[in-house]
Amino acid sequence: MLTILFDGIAYGMLLFVLACGLAVTLGLMNFVNLAHGAFAMAGGYITLVLVNRAGLPFFAGLPIAFIVTALIGGLFERALYVHVYNKSPLDQVLFTIGLVFMSVAAVDYVMGSQQVFIQIPSALQGRFEFLGIGIGRYRLLIIVVCGILTVALQLILSSTRFGSRLRASVDDARVARGLGINVNGVFALTFAFGSGLAGLGGALGAEILGLDPTFPLKYMVYFLIVVTVGGSSSITGPFLASLLIGIADVAGKYYVPKFGAFVIYTIMIVLLILRPQGLFARAAGR
Amino acid sequence: MIEQVTHYLAARARWGAMEYVFWLAALASVFVCGGYWAELSPLFANRHLILTEIAWLALFALSLDLILGYAGIISLGHAAFFGLGSYVAALLAKHAIINEPVLALVVSGLAAAVLGFATSFLVLRGSDLARLMVTLGVALIMREVANQIPDITGGADGLQGVSIGPILGMFHFDIFGHVGYVYCLLVLFVLFVIARRIVYSPFGLSLRAVKGNALRSSLVGISVDGRLVAVYTLAAFYAGVAGALLAQTTAFASLDVFSFERSADLLLVLIIGGTGYLYGGPIGAVAFKLIQDSLATFDPQYWQYWIGLLLVFLVLFGRIYGALIAVIVFAVSHALRLSFFECALIMLVIGIGYGHIRSGLNVLDARIDRLIRRSRAARQGLLQRKA
Repeated sequence: MLTILFDGIAYGMLLFVLACGLAVTLGLMNFVNLAHGAFAMAGGYITLVLVNRAGLPFFAGLPIAFIVTALIGGLFERALYVHVYNKSPLDQVLFTIGLVFMSVAAVDYVMGSQQVFIQIPSALQGRFEFLGIGIGRYRLLIIVVCGILTVALQLILSSTRFGSRLRASVDDARVARGLGINVNGVFALTFAFGSGLAGLGGALGAEILGLDPTFPLKYMVYFLIVVTVGGSSSITGPFLASLLIGIADVAGKYYVPKFGAFVIYTIMIVLLILRPQGLFARAAGR
Repeated sequence: MIEQVTHYLAARARWGAMEYVFWLAALASVFVCGGYWAELSPLFANRHLILTEIAWLALFALSLDLILGYAGIISLGHAAFFGLGSYVAALLAKHAIINEPVLALVVSGLAAAVLGFATSFLVLRGSDLARLMVTLGVALIMREVANQIPDITGGADGLQGVSIGPILGMFHFDIFGHVGYVYCLLVLFVLFVIARRIVYSPFGLSLRAVKGNALRSSLVGISVDGRLVAVYTLAAFYAGVAGALLAQTTAFASLDVFSFERSADLLLVLIIGGTGYLYGGPIGAVAFKLIQDSLATFDPQYWQYWIGLLLVFLVLFGRIYGALIAVIVFAVSHALRLSFFECALIMLVIGIGYGHIRSGLNVLDARIDRLIRRSRAARQGLLQRKA
C-alpha cells in the first residue's frame, strides 16, 4: 500500500519535471506545444549516448542532458516556434505534430526502434525496506532530485526578478509588455529552461518510463493531462496534478490492471468538463 | 424577401462546371486505372487498391471537414469514430449478423453516430485546447477498450477471419479491388451529395455563423449547442462509414484504426486539400496518398520524417510556398545524401531566415498579382476594341 504510494509519488514527481515546461509555455503564450515530449526524448538519448557509449558517469550525464536540451530548445524557439505564436491553434497543432513526426523518425533512424535503457550505477539499483515500506533506490533518487528542482523552481518564481517578470507575463502578457517587460525574451528563456527540464526528466525517467523513438507520442497525453488538470497559472497546480496523476496511475495499474489506462483518461475528461480552467487554477486574468 | 432568400440559396447550391469535371474524372479513374487497358501502356496498370484507400480516406477527411471547416471544432481524435465503424463492420461480418455490406455500412455509421452524439456534449464546453484534449482522450479510451476486450476484438492481433458477403447479394469483392473501388466511390459520391445538400441548406449557413461568432449567432436566435451536437453526430456517422469501408475492403480490423497518427494524418489531408468547401477532403486525400506513395518508394522506412517536414513548412509559409520549400529541401537533402539531423539544421536555418524569405515571398506575390491584373486588363481592352 505505502509502497504503491511511494512509487506513485516518484512517478508523479517525474511527470512534474517533464511537464512543467509545457505548463509555462501554455500559460504564457497560449501555445499548444505537442512536441514537448520530443525534448524529453532528446535528453534521454543524449544521456544514453554519454553514459552507455562514451562511458561518462551517470551523474555527469544528467546535467549535460539538461544543458544540451535547453540549448536545442532555445534554438528551436528562436528559429521556428517564434513564427507560429500568432497563428491559429490548428496551425500550432499541425506544426508541433510535424516536429514530433520528424523527431520520431530521426531518432528511429539513428538509434534504432527498440526500447533502450541507460546504465545506472549499481548503487542505485535494488530496493531496501524502511519502516515496512519497500523503497526503490532509484525512485528515491528521483524523488530527491525532483523535490530539489521543485523547491528551486518555486524559489526562482517567487523571489527573483525574473520570476516576478515571468509571473506578470503569464497573468497578463499585454500589460506586462506595457510595463516594459520583454515578454518574448522571458518566453525564450523559459522555453529553453522548460525544454532542459524535460530533457533532464527524460534522462531520469528512461528507467521507469522506458525510452524508445515513440516516446513523444506515448507520453504526450500525460503531459497535456498534467497541464490541463493543474492549470497553467502557477507551479503548484501542475505539481499537485502530477502527484495526483502519478499516484492514480500507479495505483490504477496495480489494483485494477484491466482498467489502468482508463483511470487517467477518465479523470482527465471529467475534470475538463467540471473545471475547464484546471483543478487548482483561479479564473484567468485575460 | 423569402423569395430572394430561396433564390440566393438555390444560386449558391448550383453545381459548378469544375464539380462535374471532378466527378467525371473520378468515374473515369474506374476504367483508366482499372488495368483493363494494361496491354496498351503500363500507365493503365491496375491502381484500384490504392484508389480504394483514397476513396475511404476522402470520406474520412470529408467528415472532419464537416466539423473543422463548417463548425470550427479542432479534433485530434476523429479516429475514435473511424475505428468504431471499422470494428462494428468487421464484427457484423465475422459473426454473420449482417452479411449484406451496404446494410452493415449503415449500421456501423449509426454506431459511430451514437458515440458521436454521446461525446458531442463533451466537446461543447471549453476552449480549443480543451477540445483537443477531450477528442484525443475519447480516441485513446476507445483504443484502450478495444485492447482490453480481446475476446471480442482480437486485441493487439486484430480481428481476423472476417469474410464479407457480396454487395446487395450480387457483387462479390475480388482480389484486384475492382468491385471494392466502385463500391467505395459510389458510397463516397452518395454521402458527398448528401453533405453538399446539408451545408448549402439554411442549417449549413447557420453552422458557418456559429463558426464565425458563436455569441452573435446565438443572439440572432441560432441554438449554438444544438447545431454543434448535430454536426458532430453527422461527422461521426461519416467517419464510421469510412472506417466500415476500410474494414469491408480489407476484411480486417486492428487497433491501428484508433491510432493518434491516423487522426494527425487526417488533419494533414484536410490542410493540404483546404477546409470549408467540401472538396478539400477528396483532393487532399488524392494528394496525400500520392505524396505518401512517392515518399514510401524513396524512403520506405522513414517517410514520416518528410511528412513532418511538410507539416512544418505548410504552417510556416502557407500551402503553396510551404509545399514548394518542403519539396526543395527534400530534393536537396536527397541529392546531397544528407542525414536527418543535417536536414533539420537546414530547417532551422530557414526558420532563422524566416523574415527575409517571408518578405521575398510577399514581393513575389505582388509581382504575380500585378501580372494577372495586367493580363486581365489587356484582355478586357482587346474585347472592347473588338466591340
